[in-house]
Amino acid sequence: MQSKLNLNQDLVRRARASAAKIAEDTQGFIDLHTTVTVERAVCRLLCIDGVNEFDVPLPNVVVDHLLEKGILSGGASYYLGNAMAETGLTPQEIAEKINLGEIDLSKIPPHSEEEIRGAIMPVAHATVERIKKNVAVRNEFLNEFGDKEGPYLYIIVATGNIYEDIVQAKAGAKQGADIIAVIRTTGQSLLDYVPYGATTEGFGGTYATQENFRLMRAALDEVGKEQKRYIRLCNYCSGLCMPEIAAMGALERLDVMLNDALYGILFRDINMQRTIVDQYFSRVINSFAGVIINTGEDNYLTTADAVEEAHTVLASQFLNEQFALKAGLPEEQQGLGHAFEISPDVHNGFLYELAQAQMAREIFPKAPLKYMPPTKFMTGNIFRGHVQDALFNIVTIMTHQKLHLLGMLTEAIHTPFMSDRALSIENAQYIFRTMADFGDEVQFKEGGIIQSRANEVLTKATNLLEEIEQIGLFATLEKGIFADIKRPRDGGKGLAGVVVKDDVYFNPFVELMHTNREGGNK
Amino acid sequence: MSSGLYNTSARNFDTTLDLTHLRAYGDTMNDGKVQMSFTLPVKNDDKGQEAAKQLAKKMGIDDPNVVHAQSLDKEFTFYIVYGSCSHSVDYTEIHVQAVEEETMSMEEVNDYIRENIGRKVVMVGASTGTDAHTVGIDAIMNRKGFAGHYGLERYEMIEAYNLGAQVPNEEFVQKAVELNADVLLVSQTVTQKDIHIQNLTELIELLEAEGLRSKFIVICGGPRISHELAKELGYDAGFGQHKYADDVATFAVTEMVKRGLNK
Repeated sequence: MQSKLNLNQDLVRRARASAAKIAEDTQGFIDLHTTVTVERAVCRLLCIDGVNEFDVPLPNVVVDHLLEKGILSGGASYYLGNAMAETGLTPQEIAEKINLGEIDLSKIPPHSEEEIRGAIMPVAHATVERIKKNVAVRNEFLNEFGDKEGPYLYIIVATGNIYEDIVQAKAGAKQGADIIAVIRTTGQSLLDYVPYGATTEGFGGTYATQENFRLMRAALDEVGKEQKRYIRLCNYCSGLCMPEIAAMGALERLDVMLNDALYGILFRDINMQRTIVDQYFSRVINSFAGVIINTGEDNYLTTADAVEEAHTVLASQFLNEQFALKAGLPEEQQGLGHAFEISPDVHNGFLYELAQAQMAREIFPKAPLKYMPPTKFMTGNIFRGHVQDALFNIVTIMTHQKLHLLGMLTEAIHTPFMSDRALSIENAQYIFRTMADFGDEVQFKEGGIIQSRANEVLTKATNLLEEIEQIGLFATLEKGIFADIKRPRDGGKGLAGVVVKDDVYFNPFVELMHTNREGGNK
Repeated sequence: MSSGLYNTSARNFDTTLDLTHLRAYGDTMNDGKVQMSFTLPVKNDDKGQEAAKQLAKKMGIDDPNVVHAQSLDKEFTFYIVYGSCSHSVDYTEIHVQAVEEETMSMEEVNDYIRENIGRKVVMVGASTGTDAHTVGIDAIMNRKGFAGHYGLERYEMIEAYNLGAQVPNEEFVQKAVELNADVLLVSQTVTQKDIHIQNLTELIELLEAEGLRSKFIVICGGPRISHELAKELGYDAGFGQHKYADDVATFAVTEMVKRGLNK
């Protein structure tokens, strides 16, 4: 792609190098630790499923047991493998017996590493094969129907009831949506477990459960076959259960996951040590399952000013890119996020939006960028809102954004009506059609407002990353540099679930799924 | 469907403004013109359009004109309808409650506190219950503020604590006591299935049960909140759209003085 912004490539190299160094330093911390949800994700991938008589998921039963016995540092694979070698039972059977108090993993005599691996690895391999098969099924669909050129239209359903969501999602898909995201119920990100089964009650969204994933997947495959298009399914791999949601998504063939390295820390007050460890394994899984991740930089602009803080978005994109690469997640699966959130009152605000979007496009050429619609300055004036969304649509088509989250004219009023979604899709399709090649036809004025703005943001982002490189990521978050939000290193939710790994620890799925893993443990 | 370029319908109505019979205005006084849109779960055909028309008539719309019908799915159709609403209201008999203080600027609020309270005022805010949105409370509290109105964190004489989103009511009250709060600010953004009302009511009930209600100025805010609703739910004030930190601060500090909480 020919650069339209005349970006200072030296700054791009410096910024990327700083981000790589920050990710590398943080990876040192990640490799030494595991968390309760990482181990529960391992349990899930070892096919432990279901809930006990108190609706506690069995993966939680197993991991709580390990934590209580003070042996979580060895990891679920080691102790389950040891129990399998001793008893010949499956992980599921062992989990059920732990629940009944019939097995105490800390009391089973230790078997050799060879025996333990001999017991665990066949189960792990079977799961990995199942996920590979899901990837193959997705590719078959894409080969048969072809993949969409241009932006994917991304819509949200959020009724709280999975069966109602399916009605809405199917209607949306027929109207032209390419990605359906099922918004999670408010509060799920702070649950330290994943609810079980099909659910019909939720506020502002629907619980992410494996059964809900499966139901929606089946519905979208059905409508996709009718429409001769592959409809992608998206959910939220964030909060206190990042790797578990990734595991469930991999097993049920989700295609897109919200999955940011820093979002939970900033916006859900989840402890930074916890999130940074969790994001790694979740991305290893997402990478292997061919899932496109979406990062959450757009959220920065809902709290911080979109003009003044634009460089923090770019800096965070660089960081998310480098953390993703550490987890083996290729650029083609990195849906780096940003948003159209400049106040409509800003003189030439549209030019700044265009500059920012074009800049992201040129700096991350292979990434399927995720572009979020205006929300902060949407009012009850639905008529103006529809125009704001139209301008947002224009930026997308001009700058080749890929995951295009449709703006709703009724944003700030209610969760979308079926008709809101249809109007929104119509708006986007009209603009994408009528302006299809407009972006490639125009150049930006040398040294003009757009070029200058992009270079100014790039310069500030580079400086910021060099500063973070000096003080480290955790200290940066403590200082409130992202989104104006300060988070203490030992504050927030979920720190109690972080433990240092010991010598016996191994995670078969990192070994099997991380294709180009270098360094780290084992 | 539309009747052509010009409005040819007869204007056989009185076109003088009568505030005791206030009607909607399209382009002529008392024409009663309104626009609306809705979806019916039926297929898009003549029968569906007739259904839309009949529904509009039941809403008091004379001569409804279905100007647009569009399939959303096989069994769902979206309609845009125009017509004359036959209803009127008596404007002269309407009384609404609004927060009536003249809003002071940030500096004026600081001065007012210095003169009348003589110490920093502690304000604790949160988006409570299941609401994950911080945009409302942030607009009021964050230093930067919103739309040119600085947030409470910037006020020299206010000690502002923003507890963020999804704060349970119990935790909110506990924190308020711990911080020795004067003013509680509750934000509710998501209003799906009216959960905000339930949540707001619960907070007041909790404060009353603990015998704490009279110790605090309790204010709620959000895009769907009116002063009237807030009073009804037992709050001292409610702030909706186009209200900023200075509006909230002015009310809070003057109310403290009025209620004798300025010790």
